[in-house]
Amino acid sequence: MNRIVRAARSVWDFVVGDDPFTALGVVIALGATAIIAGAGAAAWWVMPLAAVALLGLSLRRAAR
Amino acid sequence: MSGPEVALAVSVFLACAVEAVEALTIVMAVGVTRSWRWALAGVGAGIVVLAVIVAALGPALTALPLNTLRVIVGGLLLVFGLQWLRKAILRYAGLKALHDEDKAFASETDAARAAERVGDGFDAYSFTIAFKGVLLEGLEVVFIVLTFGANQHNIGLAAAAAGLAVAVVVIAGVLVRAPLARVPENTMKFGVGVMLTSFGVFWGAEGAGASWPGGDAALLVIIPGVALASLAMVRWLRRAPTRRAVGEPA
Repeated sequence: MNRIVRAARSVWDFVVGDDPFTALGVVIALGATAIIAGAGAAAWWVMPLAAVALLGLSLRRAAR
Repeated sequence: MSGPEVALAVSVFLACAVEAVEALTIVMAVGVTRSWRWALAGVGAGIVVLAVIVAALGPALTALPLNTLRVIVGGLLLVFGLQWLRKAILRYAGLKALHDEDKAFASETDAARAAERVGDGFDAYSFTIAFKGVLLEGLEVVFIVLTFGANQHNIGLAAAAAGLAVAVVVIAGVLVRAPLARVPENTMKFGVGVMLTSFGVFWGAEGAGASWPGGDAALLVIIPGVALASLAMVRWLRRAPTRRAVGEPA
């Protein structure tokens, strides 16, 4: 069991790193893109905007 | 080569070169102070494990439907790219210490000298440290090779770019016979962060169902756009009244 937990934690650290808010923001942005595109509207602008906003917020947290 | 293929090759080459420089420093430290034979055996074992991971995951990734692959890979690349960019921007802004290969080499050699040596045979310390160094530094590269390669149905090109980067770094290390301290690591990490973030944005949006104005040509706007926004953030952090800290290299 410990090995499974350790392996899961390693994968989490490898993928998410030390800023889970950024990873969560990416998932939300992808979901928003899918919803807007599914409604037939232009959705290409969501991801670039989200990337810049998430980077700025992440830097602000790190610089505090 | 097409534009996306050039971008793929450059991204993989830079990412692999950065990680290879860090792995080289670790391997040289244990090789010089303890045992080249067992350090190189550790390198070989690390490469074999990485090759097994590529062989296992590569076909699985390419078997996924394209949109599913793009939304998963786009999301992961974006998370990775934002992490690389964040560290590089913090270093440019003076809020995080620059990675110093000379310092890392000195620290590794001190640890290698202090570790207990048992007999003249198998040197577990050299083997393990070299193995872990190659495996851990290589995992991120494997991820980039697989995701970029699978998305563009060109894992061969991605693997060739990675192989070339390792060859260049190893040859440079052999010629210099010292850690490659003069490599502009942060600039390369910044460049890789820009590319990973840009491709993550592009593929993630496409996979989620969005259509880019101009198709693939949108990348020609996204890449410079991400680079400019990141440079603006460096300026913003340099001017902001934030902590002047020297963090740990990573």
